[in-house]
Amino acid sequence: MNYPESYRYTKEHEWVSLAGDTATVGITFHAQEELGDIVYVDLPKPGTQVEKGKSFGSVESVKAVSDIYGPVSGEVVEANDTLASAPEKLNQDPHGEAWLIKVRVASPEEFNNLLSAADYQTYIGAES
Amino acid sequence: MTDNPLKRTPLNEVHRAAGAKMVDFGGWDMPVQYSGLIDEHNTVRNAVGLFDVSHMGEIEIRGPEAMKLVDYVTTNAVARLKDGQAQYSGLLYEHGGFVDDILVHKVADDSFFLCVNASNQEKDFDHICGANQFECEVEFAGDKYSQLAIQGPKALGVAQTLTDTPLSAIKYYWFVDGTFAGVPARIARTGYTGEDGFEVYISPEDAVRVWNAIMAAGESAGIKPCGLGARNTLRLESKMALYGHEIGASISPLEADLAWIVKLDKGDFIGREALRKQREKGLTRKLTGFEMRGRGIGRDGYEIWIDGQPAGWVTSGSPAPTLNKNIGLCYLPINRAQPGEKIEIVIRNQPVEAETVPTPFYKRQGS
Repeated sequence: MNYPESYRYTKEHEWVSLAGDTATVGITFHAQEELGDIVYVDLPKPGTQVEKGKSFGSVESVKAVSDIYGPVSGEVVEANDTLASAPEKLNQDPHGEAWLIKVRVASPEEFNNLLSAADYQTYIGAES
Repeated sequence: MTDNPLKRTPLNEVHRAAGAKMVDFGGWDMPVQYSGLIDEHNTVRNAVGLFDVSHMGEIEIRGPEAMKLVDYVTTNAVARLKDGQAQYSGLLYEHGGFVDDILVHKVADDSFFLCVNASNQEKDFDHICGANQFECEVEFAGDKYSQLAIQGPKALGVAQTLTDTPLSAIKYYWFVDGTFAGVPARIARTGYTGEDGFEVYISPEDAVRVWNAIMAAGESAGIKPCGLGARNTLRLESKMALYGHEIGASISPLEADLAWIVKLDKGDFIGREALRKQREKGLTRKLTGFEMRGRGIGRDGYEIWIDGQPAGWVTSGSPAPTLNKNIGLCYLPINRAQPGEKIEIVIRNQPVEAETVPTPFYKRQGS
């Protein structure tokens, strides 16, 4: 699987891409693979504050519910509403079309401190 | 738990090579899914799927009074079984709760073959040995057998290409000892999916060969290997009980809506007095099916509220791929344990509307 070099990753299996002060957040290919067929995605509304390391939403598969954790702190400016009616997109294109939220980040250093694509792939390789 | 390495079936390497996602299932390293849970589920409903269920336990009981011992430790009427017939049954404690739910196969008057849950097999064996006042030989036979389940509307056609035994002549819940894929096998027309199909018991050293033979024979029928994830959604749609969920040591078969496996008039058996008293006094709770009305999935262990008061709990809950609904089973007070009741299921601290419905949720055509 292709883990984009420009993204940063967490050990909780979220990815972040940064453009200016806006971070796009999603879950990784590995995460959706572990979850299996996804049936519900619960996301915060724009205006909600997301905190690094705190749960901001959940993804539910046939088997189980999993929290999604903020990889960075900031205010939600947009949530991907298409996932409410088409949660299976998260299985099909987790690094692209099925992003979860866009966040206006308070501190870009948080982004820089996350895992690189190579480090994340080493991490999940070691985990599995 | 973590001190013991996970047990593996002879097919462990085959599952890993096929890209299965493996999980710890009651101490066994088992495939939970291959191509995807929903895809595997639909394959079993529409074509044919193959499951490795070699983790299941087997207990063999032999001796002139074998029938008496099996009848004494189980709830169903063993005397009614003919040679080559199987029945679903309960192994109970004196107080009426489940030790396990099992399949009893009658090989002959003096020989019975029990298929039991993987994580209960040692407990079941001890329980049966403790009740063995009939000088039977009770053998812990889990290591003697691997078990493969071929399930789905195309199971018969696929399986028939691998044996001379005329499979269509085996009725539902009957079995035949024959040859399958060139090796000795016990071929039972049983399953845990709600579809037609067979459960084949073979020697562990033949497991890989038989698995590969079934996969090859089923290729044109669209056979897929299936994991425990699909097995769970298939059995739930068909309302088949899962030990530790619908049934357990504190739950009786009457409460679990399994009165049909309890034959109180068959003679003495362990748990009979408790069940008789429970029936006389009347049940206080009973297993009931529900469908979600609000958005969400009522999952195992979630609390149920009725009229704003705690009233029961979910035993199993999941999206039902065949029905395209979110369904589940739950325990409710007896006066509410009927279709048409409005209930609320507490999903992550939010009560969500659901309604009780008739079961099974799914029944295959012609069954």
